[in-house]
Amino acid sequence: MEIKVVRKVLDVNAKMAEQNRKLFAEKKVFVLNVMSSPGSGKTTTLQKSLTRLMPDLKCAVIVGDICTTNDADRLAVSGAPVVQINTDEFGGDCHLAAHVIEKAALDLDLDNIDLLIVENVGNLVCPAEFDIGEDARTVVLSVTEGEDKPVKYPLMFRECDSAILNKIDLLPYLDFDMDLVRKYIREVHPGMPIFEISAKTGEGFDPWLDWLKSLVLKKIR
Amino acid sequence: MHEMGIAMQIIEIAAASIPAEMKDAVVKKVNIKVGKLSAVVPSSLRFCFEIAAKDTRLSGAELDIEEIPVRARCRECRGEWTIHDPVFTCITCGSGSIDVISGRELDIASIEVQ
Ligand SMILES: Nc1nc2c(ncn2[C@@H]2O[C@H](COP(=O)(O)OP(=O)(O)O)[C@@H](O)[C@H]2O)c(=O)[nH]1
Ligand SMILES: [Mg+2]
Ligand SMILES: [Zn+2]
Repeated sequence: MEIKVVRKVLDVNAKMAEQNRKLFAEKKVFVLNVMSSPGSGKTTTLQKSLTRLMPDLKCAVIVGDICTTNDADRLAVSGAPVVQINTDEFGGDCHLAAHVIEKAALDLDLDNIDLLIVENVGNLVCPAEFDIGEDARTVVLSVTEGEDKPVKYPLMFRECDSAILNKIDLLPYLDFDMDLVRKYIREVHPGMPIFEISAKTGEGFDPWLDWLKSLVLKKIR
Repeated sequence: MHEMGIAMQIIEIAAASIPAEMKDAVVKKVNIKVGKLSAVVPSSLRFCFEIAAKDTRLSGAELDIEEIPVRARCRECRGEWTIHDPVFTCITCGSGSIDVISGRELDIASIEVQ
């Protein structure tokens, strides 16, 4: 006997994400979900961004990526409250799900936060599938990873609202073709803002931070 | 990579969908729809499903995966087409203002019980 079910496999996550979104709307907290492969420079980019965004914006961070050591400590130097999520060390958690964010948010004083940045688990596949209740998503791609990543992981590049091309200070030493990666990103996600930065030198941060700030201010005002 | 978690969700939903009055029923087949744009690899999902279904009411059940093509509609010229390569601009007018109308599915359609 066939029984119709017609349910989304991830509907539990979707419901929890909506709940988060409602809470963040009430508290006027803008949530940015930052994703990339391990080592693209999420933590370094966020470190630099936080020092420039604070104290004008009250920021906090939830870190799920533990690929490099002491991400939480590195981020806490900025003075922003940081919640580290202990993901399953056996790779059971390749992404942050909405219920994990809900729990982590309990450790934060949301009334005193304008911008909550979530550093997702280093992975270009799975996090794109999981709504966490965020307002915007940014994918970081470093120039050491190869130009074809946007077409290899189209879901990630379609689901994100902006792309950061990081480590441009290394371009003189690489054969990385910037025009090609820009073309690929435009094909996968026409109109997607692309920010070319070096999290090491701080080059290129102004347009990126302006983009982020204008979105945050629109929500919290 | 997250196929195990997804397999477990499928098993949970399928088991909960067995009518209460069918106490001894087992699930023979689960029919699901997976969009080609979703971050799920069908072969690895099938593999995980088989393992995760052991010792549940879905033990030995078949996972039937219908792959849904990526379809898009242009907001400018209203044309519709199937996307094969990861290029999301209109094939007729070149506009980048498009809606993906299918291909993101990750849905359970039905279960077959016995
Ligand atoms: N040369 C260079 N190295 C960078 C840059 N951004 C990050 N890194 C280095 O890349 C490595 C991984 O960076 P991290 O921020 O931990 O990446 P995450 O895993 O995405 O958080 C570290 O050794 C960083 O120092 C950059 O813009 N230029
Ligand atoms: Mg990191
Ligand atoms: Zn068109």
